Amino acid sequence: MSTAEALVTADGTPLKVSLARATRRSKIRALMLVVPLFVFILITFFIPIGDMLLRSFQNELVGDILPKTVKALENWDESSGELPDETVFTAMAEDFKVAAENKTIGKVGLRLNYEKSGFSSLFRKSGRRAKKLEPPYKEAFLEIDKKWNDLEYWRIFKRESAKFTKSYYLAALDVGYDEAGNIAMKPEEKQIYLNLFLRTLKLSLLITALCIILAYPVSYLLSTLPANKSNLLLILVLLPFWTSLLVRTTSWIALLQQEGVLNDLFVWLGIVSDDGRLAMIHNQTGTIIAMTHILLPFMILPLYSVMKTIPPSYMRAARSLGATPLTAFVRVYMPNTVAGIGAGSILVFILAIGYYITPALVGGTEGTLISNLIAYHLSTSLNWGLAAALGTILLGLVLFLYLMYDKIVGIDNMKLG
Amino acid sequence: MDNNSSGDAVKNAFVQFKDVQKSYDGEVLVVKGLNLDIAKGEFLTMLGPSGSGKSTCLMMLAGFEMPTHGEILLGGKSITNIAPHHRGIGMVFQNYALFPHMTIFENLAFPLEVRKMSSDQIKEKVSKALDMVRMGGFESRRPGQLSGGQAQRIAVARALVFEPELILMDEPLGALDKQLREQMQYEIKHIHESLGVTVVYVTHDQSEALTMSDRVAVFNDGIIQQLATPEVLYEEPKNAFVAQFIGENNKLEGKIKSQLENNLCEVELAGDQVVTALNVQNREVGAETSMSIRPERVVLNPQENQVDNMASGKIVESIYLGDHLRLNVRAFGEQEFVMKVPNATEHSSLVEGTDVGVGWRSEDCRALDPFIPI
Repeated sequence: MSTAEALVTADGTPLKVSLARATRRSKIRALMLVVPLFVFILITFFIPIGDMLLRSFQNELVGDILPKTVKALENWDESSGELPDETVFTAMAEDFKVAAENKTIGKVGLRLNYEKSGFSSLFRKSGRRAKKLEPPYKEAFLEIDKKWNDLEYWRIFKRESAKFTKSYYLAALDVGYDEAGNIAMKPEEKQIYLNLFLRTLKLSLLITALCIILAYPVSYLLSTLPANKSNLLLILVLLPFWTSLLVRTTSWIALLQQEGVLNDLFVWLGIVSDDGRLAMIHNQTGTIIAMTHILLPFMILPLYSVMKTIPPSYMRAARSLGATPLTAFVRVYMPNTVAGIGAGSILVFILAIGYYITPALVGGTEGTLISNLIAYHLSTSLNWGLAAALGTILLGLVLFLYLMYDKIVGIDNMKLG
Repeated sequence: MDNNSSGDAVKNAFVQFKDVQKSYDGEVLVVKGLNLDIAKGEFLTMLGPSGSGKSTCLMMLAGFEMPTHGEILLGGKSITNIAPHHRGIGMVFQNYALFPHMTIFENLAFPLEVRKMSSDQIKEKVSKALDMVRMGGFESRRPGQLSGGQAQRIAVARALVFEPELILMDEPLGALDKQLREQMQYEIKHIHESLGVTVVYVTHDQSEALTMSDRVAVFNDGIIQQLATPEVLYEEPKNAFVAQFIGENNKLEGKIKSQLENNLCEVELAGDQVVTALNVQNREVGAETSMSIRPERVVLNPQENQVDNMASGKIVESIYLGDHLRLNVRAFGEQEFVMKVPNATEHSSLVEGTDVGVGWRSEDCRALDPFIPI
């Protein structure tokens, strides 16, 4: 039989078909094992997150509540320098009457207020009087509020009546529209999010670096001790996991605050004076200390699992070949732990970049991270679109760094345990 | 007997162990008072079961373990306080210990780089070492891409590339399959002969030790049981452990009945039969003894004057091994003899149940100390 011919089994069916049939059962079984978790994650994780991410550019609210106005606005040329004509005002009067009836007018006002403050009061005021409006509507509206005479409000109204918006993303990147409606950076004093993204990245990198420095010797010790001692030490490393995150964070407050244990000790030892107590909490220092402590086990465990697989004979071989202990360590031992450092760093960095509770509790104002602002927009300002945009940017950032890591170090080299 | 051929005292010893003791826990001595001289250019094997202290000796020589007592001399100078990287000893490990993140070239260049040689010199020496183990052209591979035999060759080359005078090998062939192991044994032996380096080799495989070594030190229980050339070790074991550990052995237990001339003695077996044997250890009359006879020294159906000891027996097992037959003969009541018979046409009748006679010369039967199972 020539190799070009397709292989067949004894009864003439192609070998590949026959093989697929033979392995179908085990494939189905494997699939069945995964299905419950997959469905669970799909329903509780992917769908809500997907829905959340959609909110960062979806913008159907204005068009849904004020359909006629939006349609009439299409014919208005915002660069003409004139207010929309009577048809728009007529459509708006009809829409407002319905919306005031349904009590949905406030929602639109709130939505547009994200773009420019004043919209909320304008819409609520106009909504209240919508029933009594009489033609000509243009004069009627202008009588309710002078803002209807302002072209900028109209421009924003038209822009945000589109089905999709980029305004959330622009806001998340500290970019806005200038007077003329062009996209431009916000003035420096009004920038919030870029600085926060930068701070989050910087602190996460610093915390990752601190974790590497602190975890490396401990992992080395763990991997070289005899089993009974290393098990005890490993339990000590894992002990924090058995304590609530909240308890761990608040105990750092007790330790680090101005009247706290550490400051009392410093004063007693005479390192600092009673007036010069150190501010170690509710600032960046607090965030760094507490987060490093909490994330340290995520660095130790992958490092330890990699170091355990490095046979002691590597170091011995290097020594016998003439390398000093330091050379042997740097040139032979450390390169073999790169996989562990990579895995630990990715774990710690990704956890740090989205950390919320600890910075919220001990971060003060200068120690908060981007996640705290996302939480603020979700629960306090209720600007979910902006929260979603910030979240999407954060997710994109993590994915980008992950890809960079894959390109530079190679994800196959990562060992998680 | 000429037991001095083992050369207990070596002139101009290159490596010397002097009263070396080692304990890990302060309670048990793993090495009990070791004295060993190794000559320059010698291939010496430390052979013994696991836990006999042979690897510990090697690790002390390499500098990875400190002797608890005594000292080790290299070229006449004590190296007890010299760090491993200053000893200049090449070492080959059981799991090869090639650095996985370096290419073969980088692995071999490593000892030269830490010695700050120029890159031209490094290139030249590395390619010379690779040619020696017939691995030229593998420079850019990684250790993970090599087979076990190839990796072992590279490990040997790396231990040799900086031209040490002493090479230590810690069960280097333990992970290879039988055929490859035998091939590598010859290769290592040839490298040793052509370079003239001193090799200290640790193994638990007695056939490996016999094949390769100039001298073999048989370790058990932290002491050297016998230090001798392979021939002496096999032909003239000094005690029951060595007789049992090296090669195949027939063991007869009995009590010394009387002393004869020429260092021979009469031994009474459990079944009251009396045989003559060589009283190697000059054991006293009445002492328990375990006698050792090599299977190939047992004569099948001996002629009247050919042997001093004769017995009749029955074949209980006959195994065909190609070039020879391995017979299990029951004689002296319950005693079983293993013997090897060349595969010849007239021996085709040697099947189970055949009555045969067995015999041996008194000199081939060595009365030793009673055997204590390991």
